[in-house]
Amino acid sequence: MTAKVITVTSGKGGVGKTTTVANIAVALATDGKRVVCIDGDIGLRNLDVVMGLENRIVYDIVDVIEGRCRTRQAMIRDKRLPELFLIPAAQTRDKNAVSPSDMVRLCDELRPEVDWILIDSPAGIERGFRNSIAAADKILIVTNPEMSAVRDADRVIGLLEAEEKAAPSLIINRLNQNMVKRGDMLSVDDVYDLLRIEVIGIVPEDENVVVASNRGAPLAMEGKTQAGQAFRHIARRLNGEIVPFMDFESLSLWDRISKLAWRK
Amino acid sequence: MSDSSLVQIKGMRDGLLVSLGDASWPVVRRALLELIEQQPAFFQGARLALDVGNLALKSMELGGLRDELSDRGINLWAILSNSPLTENTAQILGLATRISKPRPQAAQAARVIDDETALWLHKTIRSGTRIEFAGHIVVLGDVNPGAEIIAGGSIIIWGRGRGVLHAGAQGNRDAVVCALDLSPTQLRIAGEIAVTPQRRSKPLPETVRIIDGQLQAETWTQA
Repeated sequence: MTAKVITVTSGKGGVGKTTTVANIAVALATDGKRVVCIDGDIGLRNLDVVMGLENRIVYDIVDVIEGRCRTRQAMIRDKRLPELFLIPAAQTRDKNAVSPSDMVRLCDELRPEVDWILIDSPAGIERGFRNSIAAADKILIVTNPEMSAVRDADRVIGLLEAEEKAAPSLIINRLNQNMVKRGDMLSVDDVYDLLRIEVIGIVPEDENVVVASNRGAPLAMEGKTQAGQAFRHIARRLNGEIVPFMDFESLSLWDRISKLAWRK
Repeated sequence: MSDSSLVQIKGMRDGLLVSLGDASWPVVRRALLELIEQQPAFFQGARLALDVGNLALKSMELGGLRDELSDRGINLWAILSNSPLTENTAQILGLATRISKPRPQAAQAARVIDDETALWLHKTIRSGTRIEFAGHIVVLGDVNPGAEIIAGGSIIIWGRGRGVLHAGAQGNRDAVVCALDLSPTQLRIAGEIAVTPQRRSKPLPETVRIIDGQLQAETWTQA
């Protein structure tokens, strides 16, 4: 096994990076893949909360890097999905406790043992961001269909181009089809028009996401929510499958063709 | 050549200025890192401006050094260079290319660029990127909001011009700005500033120039 390292980043905070990492990880692990999530947000960790593993943290990423434990010991196994692991961030340290080369070493150590390594990047474009992208084979940029988030995504894409990383892919999160319809929200086409990178997923706004993250059980784990399904589709696309976008996902296209009233 | 002549360090008001001697990048880079290894306490937490002389550096090289320095607790904030490529790289990485006093050589270099010289950019110019060039600038691609294009001469954009566009930055009032879709955050030619009017339904190619002391836009159409 040689793992592929995927980093999820955004520039702007609060767009859904952590939710995205948790859900894609769950979807990949449900598919029988061996997945390790790494929380790169040292000092403001919350991937453990969203994944419902908070109370099982003994060692964290800084302990691994500073040699206080073996990597294995810091990997928390999810009881619901035995192939899913989390390496949590330290809460009492800051971004400078880890360097980009530490991340590369950690990922290289994990690579032979797992299929996927997912890194949850902190918001911003400083040290934590650079740590998170250092080892990445593939970068996913999460944005919301609003101007400030799209601007920040554009900035991040520019930085990745400057670092000569492979072209990132885009996830448009929290799309509200009714607002787009009314012209109150940027459409998928508007976002693509500005950023011009491959769109790998479109996730609708869904109240269940908040409920799931409070319960510590990512949506992709069960049920038929649209958001959960959208995340499962992203995971399949990462696996190289060609999955058509769902109806709500391609609203604008659908709209143009049909010119009919919106139907549920 | 000994290391001490390859790396020269001066204290400035707001950090250290390190000048690298005349040698290849791997050599000066190693010399710098060795010097830092020898005196880690001196460099710990320092703000560093680096003068790389004539070396033409790509982002892999500069970005790599920045990361290595940050591993050692050193904050690289500025790159001074005589090479436009290196300056461009530094700007893309978000590093300053001037410290408080502009270097006289750089100003001279700007002046020798004649009216026929243009910078060719075949890519999307994204937010946070600042492109400065003493001649003309030609962009084959979009200039996104949050990007800045500053030209001594004219600016031609085969795409959408949506960032800050400043033509004739050194006072050339004959400079023009044209784009397939011109809706910049702000447009300047020499000292004149314009704010984009309300967006029309369908964008048309436009040229903006100074006419009678005012910025005026003309659509490029064939009647």
